[in-house]
Amino acid sequence: MNADEMDVGRRRFLTAATSVIGGVGAAFVAYPFLASWSPSEKTRALGAPVEVDLSKLEPGQKITIAWRGKPVFIVNRTKNYLDHLAAVNNDVLRDPLSEEPQQPPYATNAYRSIKEDILVVIGICTHLGCVPLFKPEVGVIDSSWEGGFFCPCHGSKYDLAGRVYKGVPAPLNLVVPPYKYKSDTIIVVGEDNQQGVA
Amino acid sequence: MGMSWATRALTGSLKWIDDRFPLTKLWNEHLAEYYAPKNFNFWYYFGSLALVVLANQIITGIWLTMSYTPTAEGAFDSVEYIMRDVPYGWLIRYLHSTGASFFFIVVYLHMFRGLLYGSYKKPRELIWLLGMLIFLCLMAEAFLGYLLPWGNMSFWGAQVITSLFGAIPYFGEGLVEWLRGDYNITGVTLNRFFALHVVFVPLLFIGLVIFHIMALHEVGSNNPDGVEIKKHKDKNGRPLDGIPFQPYYTVKDMFGVAVFLLIFCAVVFFAPDMGGYFLEHPNFEPADPLKTPTHIAPVWYMTPYYAILRAIPNKLLGVIAMFSSIAFFFLLPWLDRCPVKSIRYRGDIYKIALSLFVISFLVLGYLGSVPPSPILTIVAQFSSLVYFSFFLLMPFYTRSEKTKPVPERIRG
Repeated sequence: MNADEMDVGRRRFLTAATSVIGGVGAAFVAYPFLASWSPSEKTRALGAPVEVDLSKLEPGQKITIAWRGKPVFIVNRTKNYLDHLAAVNNDVLRDPLSEEPQQPPYATNAYRSIKEDILVVIGICTHLGCVPLFKPEVGVIDSSWEGGFFCPCHGSKYDLAGRVYKGVPAPLNLVVPPYKYKSDTIIVVGEDNQQGVA
Repeated sequence: MGMSWATRALTGSLKWIDDRFPLTKLWNEHLAEYYAPKNFNFWYYFGSLALVVLANQIITGIWLTMSYTPTAEGAFDSVEYIMRDVPYGWLIRYLHSTGASFFFIVVYLHMFRGLLYGSYKKPRELIWLLGMLIFLCLMAEAFLGYLLPWGNMSFWGAQVITSLFGAIPYFGEGLVEWLRGDYNITGVTLNRFFALHVVFVPLLFIGLVIFHIMALHEVGSNNPDGVEIKKHKDKNGRPLDGIPFQPYYTVKDMFGVAVFLLIFCAVVFFAPDMGGYFLEHPNFEPADPLKTPTHIAPVWYMTPYYAILRAIPNKLLGVIAMFSSIAFFFLLPWLDRCPVKSIRYRGDIYKIALSLFVISFLVLGYLGSVPPSPILTIVAQFSSLVYFSFFLLMPFYTRSEKTKPVPERIRG
């Protein structure tokens, strides 16, 4: 071959090989930059489990605690509340039997809780993350309202077990965080006996 | 008599520079010998005004970073410090916050001009696409910047918008955590939004603006008649219906800037919060992760898309509809099948479609700013239908459009 002639095949091979190696290199360089956006060790440590003393939680009362910067609702449901919860027709709920993985296995029951009177849910609407309002009084939202949580942002409705109604923008039931009873009146949010610290 | 000493020094220095940097070449290509159609009207002010607002945002933004603290503990107080203690801090902040709203006013009018005169059509598709990318940068800047005062609406606005990504099946939740850098919106999120707002997006923004203008000056400006002035040139190759941008349009645009500044300054000095539309009242309270404001609404320029999001009673579909309401703008050059550019010579069907689109956009904008109710949701759904029909039906109603004859040259 003449020295002035160009070896097209050889040039094409070299271009392709350089591009592939360069591309792989770029991907490896991109990884630390992208991974750098994940929660840091400090952030993870601040997300540790939280202990809550329920001895002063009156029947019918709701308290809000912060876990991982999120509001967690703890409600002491009275017998009256539980009766109204039972009165909610399954047909008006999206996921009445808690089939979606929105709660740990020990809260997959009619009350979505370990003890039937104490409800523990993350107070963040599954639509777009607003904090729903606690509206336990019957009939305050509409005539068929049996009490529950109402999101002021876009009108999503949940019953007193955090189960979402049909016909509202929220797609899922409120999330039940992992929690366990350390004693009769002290619960730990963010940790349970099955999976350890969340 | 030769040239004076000073003139000789000036031309000498200019030559010295031109031998090393294309200064005169750039000046001529983009100003003195850039021939623009002679019939620009009111709608052609908004491109240069957008540049003026961009300059305002950059300069006031740099000054604000000198006194602002991007931490959850310090942000809210540092904004109060800017407003009360920093000399003229209130002025610089109001110029920046009012500038944000005016940026959208100017850009929306600039885009509407494109719809009126078919500025997105061949051969200006890339100008339109680059412009749409600038619009995305503008929305990103507005969203990221809105978190920085760390007021309660800042917090909940960012909460709602980042939650949108949670609608994506399988990896949505992980993506939200990755975007926030925490389990919730916290100081970590604030710090990174600050970095993106003051460095990353502005760099992209300025680069895209340069490309937008380069593409425009390559193809040449459209005009209210929608005819190509390059089709008829004189013996020197200058368009017969063109006039040099400098001095004709620089002077015209300076008049526009003067009128614009009059209105802009009136707002800055007398109504910087615009009754809660430019600066929302819940944002005068610090961020509270445990308390949602009773009524969450984005700033006015985002409300049409927000109304579309709320109108659809399904999270994933609502998010898809909201993003596609902006994405459809990108497709405009290919959805519009009518060969005529300007609305002056287009058929009634396009005039009706455009009017309905503008009405639906305004109605959605209003609905997105008020709390939802069952009846308003139906209105929002209907308006969304009109909004999307403008784009989706466009290939059909523009194909058989009854247009008027387009003149060969500009009519004046």
